Amino acid sequence: MSANNRISSGITTTEAPWVRKLLITVALLWLALFLLLPLVSVFTEALRKGWETYLAAFDDPNTWAAIRLTLLAAVISVPLNLVFGVAAAWAIARFDFHGKSLLLTLIDLPFAVSPVIAGLIYVLVFGLQGWFGEWLSDHDIKVIFAVPGIVLATLFVTFPFVARELIPLMQAQGKEEEEAAIVLGASAWQMFWRVTLPNIKWGLLYGVILSNARAMGEFGAVSVVSGHIRGLTNTLPLHVEVLYNEYNHVAAFACASVLAMLALVTLALKTFVEWKVQQNIELSREQASE
Amino acid sequence: MSIEIRNVSKQFGDFRALDNVSLDVPTGELVALLGPSGCGKTSLLRIIAGMETPNSGSVYFYGEDTTHTDVRERQVGFVFQHYALFRHMTVFENVAFGLRVRPKKTRPAEAEIRRRVHELLNLVQLDWLADRYPPQLSGGQRQRIALARALAVEPKVLLLDEPFGALDANVRKDLRRWLRRLHDELHITSVFVTHDQEEALEVADRIVVMNKGKVEQIGTPAQIYDEPASPFVYQFIGNVNLFHSRVHAGFARIGAAELPVDEHAHANEAAALAYVRPHDIEIQREPDGNSAFRVRVGHIHTIGPVVRLELHREDESEIIEAELSRERHRELQVQVGDSVWVSPRSVRVFLDEARLEQAS
Repeated sequence: MSANNRISSGITTTEAPWVRKLLITVALLWLALFLLLPLVSVFTEALRKGWETYLAAFDDPNTWAAIRLTLLAAVISVPLNLVFGVAAAWAIARFDFHGKSLLLTLIDLPFAVSPVIAGLIYVLVFGLQGWFGEWLSDHDIKVIFAVPGIVLATLFVTFPFVARELIPLMQAQGKEEEEAAIVLGASAWQMFWRVTLPNIKWGLLYGVILSNARAMGEFGAVSVVSGHIRGLTNTLPLHVEVLYNEYNHVAAFACASVLAMLALVTLALKTFVEWKVQQNIELSREQASE
Repeated sequence: MSIEIRNVSKQFGDFRALDNVSLDVPTGELVALLGPSGCGKTSLLRIIAGMETPNSGSVYFYGEDTTHTDVRERQVGFVFQHYALFRHMTVFENVAFGLRVRPKKTRPAEAEIRRRVHELLNLVQLDWLADRYPPQLSGGQRQRIALARALAVEPKVLLLDEPFGALDANVRKDLRRWLRRLHDELHITSVFVTHDQEEALEVADRIVVMNKGKVEQIGTPAQIYDEPASPFVYQFIGNVNLFHSRVHAGFARIGAAELPVDEHAHANEAAALAYVRPHDIEIQREPDGNSAFRVRVGHIHTIGPVVRLELHREDESEIIEAELSRERHRELQVQVGDSVWVSPRSVRVFLDEARLEQAS
């Protein structure tokens, strides 16, 4: 009898109320101190001298060049990663082949390697003293300290996001629907557009959002290959650093606020997509149990 | 002959899924591939469909070699074990898929597609679900939609992979009869895979029993049940009691009983395995000439019209299962713990070489 009472009152299965409150408070304080406070400070610092000065930061053509370059790097690297990510996820989720685990490890490499090292590798390979340096300079192609290097470095660090998002999803969904489409006479292309893509579209969007956020925010790898040529090879994060080092605080924080807003938009989008995916799952569960 | 399979073998790494399998499926028949999991039945079905290619051997459809024909051109209808309905399409679009993906010149007009899809949905009695999505359907409904979708492309043969495997017991029984009726209406050559012997016995015109990548026996349900060709088939189809026996001059000795086995008239004190179905075991209070062993009644279960007894042999630890009709049980008045005699009414004997094969 006494055992029953203990179970129903829940004492054995959860912490005391004061412990719970303490843990929640600690977690919230931590978040406020290390996430919310810096975010707020970015905007307060940027607006410290009023709107006029804030907007003046954007009169600088170098700022606009940095924004354009950041967008360019994202516009090139995100679609490429989308294609590579889908191809890699498909190969891994659908087929068994030798070296599959090696491929998985390679996809994870950009997560494991420090971005600075990634940048240095590109310098080593494509730089003037690098393996292909002579050949490239003979043909008048500039990779390092130029836009191609920045795009390459961005590609490297953003590679895993789409594939990593899709592999578990495609493995969970299995290949039966695709096989069904083929047996029903669909071509490989029809199968992809009509069956595979609609099934993975939310996961794919999620991967693209994360990949885009990383592409626009990347500092380390891009910094190594950029050469910091103002108006030419500075992305927005690099531009922020340059401005800050020149004690141009307002302009630095103004540019940082653009990146921060970008992060907020990404977060909102990410939350929406997550909610959408969750809603789909719950909807189908509810209806299945009816 | 609709489908002919000639000497097909399939190897997955070290595992031999199919070992020189040959088999004919006559036009218009419903054939079951029956066997335990891992016996190669699903591999064989996928090879017929063209989703796998055999390492050796050939598959003929209506006399034409289709071994290397692309899946898309084989004109097979395939129903997947877990239905594989397109989850983001309505029921209507699922059924219409096979028609919509056709090249422009063979694709029917929109009105014709609508007519055909509704005709099929009516056939599976689910026209009212046309606008729903697969997650909104019950398992049985999904299975019938999957069948309608497979039939939409007017397949030459219909292939079903464990069609009732994922369903509740009572839904499964209903669907089984429904599939049989549908087949009698359409007369499309069909092959289905199952591990459930009851399902195969009830639905199929012909059963192919498979084990370890080989065909053990092909026959009608009655042949398979009454004249099993091998110890494996005997054990796999229905419950069975196994006795170690000796056969001499046309008689098998089981315990104290001697039963006639005409096919082994020339056996000389040969060791053998004797199989007796539970419903072929007679129970008596007092021994007579046919009695084999004295047993003690362990458990008595009443399952619908039959009473199943678990009997413990007094000389060995083995358990014998017997099935009595309710009337016979009432007549005998046996209770748990009673001591009674069993006598096999009929027996199927496999000589020792079969036993060695069984053990291998």
